[in-house]
Amino acid sequence: MALREQLKKMILEVLPGVDCVIGWGAGYDALHAAPLFMRAPEDVERFLSGPLGAFGAVQNPALFLPELAGKKIGLVVKGCDSRSVVQLAAENLIKREEVVIIGFPCEGVIDLHKLRNKLAAHFVVNEPGGVTAVNLAGDHLALTAGGQEYTFKRDEIMADKCPRCREPNAVISDCFAGIERRADNIADDYEDIAALERMSLEDRFRFWEQEMSRCVRCYACRNACPLCVCRDHCAGASRDPHWLTQADSTRDKFMFQLIHTLHLAGRCTGCGECQRACPLGIPVLLLKRSLGRAVEEMFDYRAGLDTEAKPPLLTFRVEERKIKEREW
Amino acid sequence: MDAKFISRGQLPEWLRSLAARFAVLAPARAGSSVIYRPVDPEAPPRQPELAVKPTESAKRALFPLSEALLTFVKNQPDGKPGLELRETPPPRPCLVFGLPSCDARGFLVFDPVYAGSGTAGKFQDNYYLRRREQAVLIVKTCPRPLSTCFCNWVGGGPASTEGADVLATELKDGLVLEALTGKGARVLDSALLRPAADEQLTAAAQSRAASEAAMPPPVDISGCARALRGKFDSAGFWQGHSAGCLSCGACTCLCPTCYCFDLSDEERGSRGVRLRSWDSCMLPLFTQETGGHNPRAAKAARLRNRISHKFSFYPDLHPSLPGQDGHIACCGCGRCIRSCPSAVDIRRIVTEALGTAAEGAE
Repeated sequence: MALREQLKKMILEVLPGVDCVIGWGAGYDALHAAPLFMRAPEDVERFLSGPLGAFGAVQNPALFLPELAGKKIGLVVKGCDSRSVVQLAAENLIKREEVVIIGFPCEGVIDLHKLRNKLAAHFVVNEPGGVTAVNLAGDHLALTAGGQEYTFKRDEIMADKCPRCREPNAVISDCFAGIERRADNIADDYEDIAALERMSLEDRFRFWEQEMSRCVRCYACRNACPLCVCRDHCAGASRDPHWLTQADSTRDKFMFQLIHTLHLAGRCTGCGECQRACPLGIPVLLLKRSLGRAVEEMFDYRAGLDTEAKPPLLTFRVEERKIKEREW
Repeated sequence: MDAKFISRGQLPEWLRSLAARFAVLAPARAGSSVIYRPVDPEAPPRQPELAVKPTESAKRALFPLSEALLTFVKNQPDGKPGLELRETPPPRPCLVFGLPSCDARGFLVFDPVYAGSGTAGKFQDNYYLRRREQAVLIVKTCPRPLSTCFCNWVGGGPASTEGADVLATELKDGLVLEALTGKGARVLDSALLRPAADEQLTAAAQSRAASEAAMPPPVDISGCARALRGKFDSAGFWQGHSAGCLSCGACTCLCPTCYCFDLSDEERGSRGVRLRSWDSCMLPLFTQETGGHNPRAAKAARLRNRISHKFSFYPDLHPSLPGQDGHIACCGCGRCIRSCPSAVDIRRIVTEALGTAAEGAE
């Protein structure tokens, strides 16, 4: 049975016992999926009904769990999404028993910012909204626009988080569709961060000034983050104290990203929703990954793998193993 | 009026020459997005990005993301606490090159509000009006509709001239520029431009006709104001449509017609500035009251407000012709759909409120 059919069967089994099951349905065109809230059996027909299937399942449904607290929710998760669920449970932001988790082996999702960059070179298509037909066959995605077909390799338009993903299978699930993908041979070399760090400090600062200069302060990055739980008490919006100016200041916009990043140190699971949600394609995930690597190196800890684990920056040890305080 | 032609090669030079007289904004690529960037007359000439519809709207030209309304100094003349207010200097006249027609039509929604329609003209917003009066908008015919475009549902079109000072139409080797207003004619008075030849004018007219023909037929949304009024108390309707909403402000920030702002006084020592900056009705703090109550605490209530404001409240307050629906406060640019992380589709909400199926929008 195809993956979609297996998942639909599981959703139908879970549905009677929950308020709704959250997954992905077809959005307004063939390339865009939208979160799908399935409440009745007929809603399940719309699950992954777009031509991209699970390759288009970009959103992280764990985002909606805290706002639905108190209700029993079914959740279809990719590996990265499942880590958000684990982290939310580890921090007592959700109750594990209120969520029925349906996992599947994820083979990666599309990055529409990348596709946008690829399409910009083609006069007739030039952006995803110009595409009229989509066909995903094996390792190739064929797009039709203006009567012409354009083919891309799946790998070149896949989100960067996917090829380095060490948990493509849900790390926690109540039911699992399909056969687990092998991932013990996959490592994250943090080459993106290393490349940034090879730049001089001045160049790196100019890079961020350039990138942040187009921020319109819509806060999609913040609101798309499943672990960003301050909600309407955000430091970016607070007037008293007045942490950040309302002036159109690139440095203060960057400062907000740094606040967000520090709040997520040791909590961020790298789902990349902040960067995907940014309408202007600012690569804000780099900041979070930088601290994610630091936490992994210093505390041997990766967020979202164990509901019983304590995030290292939410606790302390009298003597940290890798912090040699007494040497000086 | 005048019609001129400029070759693609000369275009950057012309924009640079305009930058001596205006604060010129032109579309430029930045990462995966296209934004309106100031043209720097000192920097090497750069081709504007004209192949891709800008990711953001052009509203920042007349309604900056943040602007200083006044500065103040606390002082103590004669030993008594006092406050000296200083006006901010008037802005340079602005010229936007290459905005799509929907962006220019977006300002038609701003105009009555900032001219004081709510107070019968008694309170006018001079900050907006003085920018508006001087601004020159060079609209570029949109060659191809995107899956999110629906300007023709709300009275627009890919080659609409409404609100434009110059209409630019791309040909293979350059652009035909047709002046529509006196302001527009004056910016076309340049030695870099030559009069458009008859065959160029014909080609431009054909290109515009092809653009109009490429738009899918519009869905009739007349009666939407009344339909949305009828949905005001349907909690299920709004909860259903807002379920995937993140409550971020991507839609409102990129929208050419969202004109709401916030005011904040920022002080440093005895000096301070009063800032006006974009606000977003999709954020919970928008309606947070000092006493603690929030009349729109739920995201469903906020989505209802945004959609109803555009398609119901505003048209009710701004009637067009007697017997017709009022002016819809949406120009159909589709940016709220295209840039929504959850792909919330404003068209679907309006058509479902009307009880009609959005064929062709799927």
